Amino acid sequence: MATATKVGPAVTAGPTPAGATKKKLTNAVRKRLEIALFTGPALIFYVMLVILPIALAAVYSVFRWDGLGPLVDPTCIEAYAANGSQGPNYCNRFVGFENYERALTDPTFLGAIGHNFFIVALSLLIQGPLAIGIALLLNRKMRGRAVLRLLIFIPYVLSEVVAGLAWKLLLLPNAGFDSALELFGWKGDKPNWLEPDLVMWTMFAILTWKYIGFAVLLMLAGLQGVPEELSEAAQIDGASWWQTQRHITLPLLGPTIRIWAFLSIIGALQLFDMVWVTTKGGPNFASSTMATYLVEIGSSRQQIGYGTAVAVILFLISLVIALVYQRFALNRDLEGAVTGIGKVK
Amino acid sequence: MMNKRSITRWVATGAISAVALAGLTACNTTPAADAPVTLTWWHNATSDPLAGFWEDVATEFEADHPNVTVEVSGFQNEELQRTLIPNALRSGDAPDLFQQWGAGELAAQVRAGQIKDISADVADEIDAVGGTIAPWQVDGKTYGLPFSFGIEGFWYNKDLFAQAGIEGTPTTLDELNEAVTKLKAANIVPIAVGAGDKWPAAHYWYNFALKACSPDVLSNAQANLVFDDPCFVEAGELLQEFIDSAPFQEGYLSTTAQQGAGSSAGLVATGGAAMELMGHWNPGTMGGILAEESGGEATPPAFLGWFNFPGIEGTDGDPTAALGGGDGFSCSADAPKECVELLKYISSVDVQTRFGEIGAGLPVTKGSEASITDPNLQQVLAGLQQATYVQLWLDTAYGATVGGAMNDGIVNLFAGNGTPEDIVTSIENAVATL
Repeated sequence: MATATKVGPAVTAGPTPAGATKKKLTNAVRKRLEIALFTGPALIFYVMLVILPIALAAVYSVFRWDGLGPLVDPTCIEAYAANGSQGPNYCNRFVGFENYERALTDPTFLGAIGHNFFIVALSLLIQGPLAIGIALLLNRKMRGRAVLRLLIFIPYVLSEVVAGLAWKLLLLPNAGFDSALELFGWKGDKPNWLEPDLVMWTMFAILTWKYIGFAVLLMLAGLQGVPEELSEAAQIDGASWWQTQRHITLPLLGPTIRIWAFLSIIGALQLFDMVWVTTKGGPNFASSTMATYLVEIGSSRQQIGYGTAVAVILFLISLVIALVYQRFALNRDLEGAVTGIGKVK
Repeated sequence: MMNKRSITRWVATGAISAVALAGLTACNTTPAADAPVTLTWWHNATSDPLAGFWEDVATEFEADHPNVTVEVSGFQNEELQRTLIPNALRSGDAPDLFQQWGAGELAAQVRAGQIKDISADVADEIDAVGGTIAPWQVDGKTYGLPFSFGIEGFWYNKDLFAQAGIEGTPTTLDELNEAVTKLKAANIVPIAVGAGDKWPAAHYWYNFALKACSPDVLSNAQANLVFDDPCFVEAGELLQEFIDSAPFQEGYLSTTAQQGAGSSAGLVATGGAAMELMGHWNPGTMGGILAEESGGEATPPAFLGWFNFPGIEGTDGDPTAALGGGDGFSCSADAPKECVELLKYISSVDVQTRFGEIGAGLPVTKGSEASITDPNLQQVLAGLQQATYVQLWLDTAYGATVGGAMNDGIVNLFAGNGTPEDIVTSIENAVATL
């Protein structure tokens, strides 16, 4: 495999006087300096705020550390060594891969991973087709199209916290949502939407309500790229509306669908804010995701070492899925992506 | 275009900012006497009357100490306890005076050398506070002072109790069970519990453990995190039996404790349930919820009464033992000496009396009890004074890691998934990860 990033045709700024070799040399130096100057600040921030924390997380994840005090405390070890003892845990907190073992055998964390993949699967199977259907309908010329588009898109614009809090209050037993159902004629007992058996479906419904607008927007944008001549030609050949959509529009919408699915998968794997605000991952971890588990067990319980181990697992799962997806699903759409080099063209 | 001079300038600018940054982080030096001092103070009061009260205290302290400026900030409780303070301590940029819940959490902070030992400076205050100082001490040294301490019990609706034909208040578990049966017969939800927030459900197990285990076992558990006494399993069995009698509202697993009319406090405040097991802050919480619903004054419901968690016949526990907790403040290790002065001022009879008068909680300094006028809080205070043994909230006592795992195990039992033994196992597993 070739190098991951090739330095592209760099900025060709400034006049390039022809002739003199000496001038050319200084030009080359200047070019490098310019590149360094323009990429430098961003690179420094990227290393400081992304690469370094990831590296530090990997380091912390092999320690049993509560975030207070040093990872390994030599003076503490010496003090105990004087009495011929190794000292308690907090003198040397290195535990190897114990945190990873603990995470991967904790039924609560495995449940959280399961909830993430539940959302991934339902997003792809239900949200995607729904969004495509709505986009196809909204792409037709009809009265009130702008209003309908707006209505579908509004939840996406709302802040996650505002939407989550609103749902949290609406979904309480006999609160707003149940009253609305009464208005629509559902008399009698309603289920408790946030009970353990139901809460993941409720969560999926909220997420669909929140993000379907974004999916529809993407699909509509993709539909703009489908040349009208093709459908016109098909219609002249006698194809029905449905046939036109099935054999012309959908295949040409492929790249958009694949990108949407990618964003949806990553979003579902890293799902945090909506769940945290609405249920805090409860009741009794019935709606916890990897990220809410990380915050609740790692951060709130002062187990920074364990929490970072969970973070590293979340990172690896996302990374592997992203790379595999790029390699096999997106390789036609993304030229020059990390996994595609050498294959395309 | 970049020439040599401009490069020099870039480098110089970079160097200057680096020096400035370094300077910022090196500001923690202790100033000489009477030099201007700025104290930062973080507490958990986000609304009046308490937030305004702390502001007043700071202003008074500034007036008495002309060289001191106090910067007071109030933060949401869980945010402050679980995120802001731990992060500030980790980054080495801790506030001088900050909220301290004591016990397990304090012990971890002390071990990391982040809290000022004030034992020598506050000897008088320790005497005035009495036994409630214990959670703010580690290994015999004092690392903070409480300003409030109370015990929990059942807050109940006197009208609904009368409607169900219950006379007096339950003093034994059997009487409590009878009351539950009578309330159900009268079509009243007996008890509201906010198991969605975990700790309100966990407090049932704490109380059963308090009544099933002897004080010695409990002290040993807190000091050494040892849970091998069979009384801890017995506590779970008592809880299991209690849950099986179905005393709680429907959907209690997802109910929150303190937010809105649908919460457990809201259910009791609006007459939707007859009882709630909760700490001494509950009248204030209910008043706040009622004010939100009606837009009026934040007054607790008039029908509210209080009784201690009943004793259990045939167990090791002390029937008059009580479960409680409090709030205090600690000075961080690098705080200037004025921080201790401020802490002493907060603990003074004058400030404590006014604290009691605003009704934000029970004060702790001897001589300030008279300020409690609310009959329910007077009862809580009497319960506290009569208690022969006061156990701190178990999750606070055992620290965030063990306490959190314990609460998870208990809620799991509430969800019908675990056994009494599982609770002890999850506690012991968490102890093993410390």
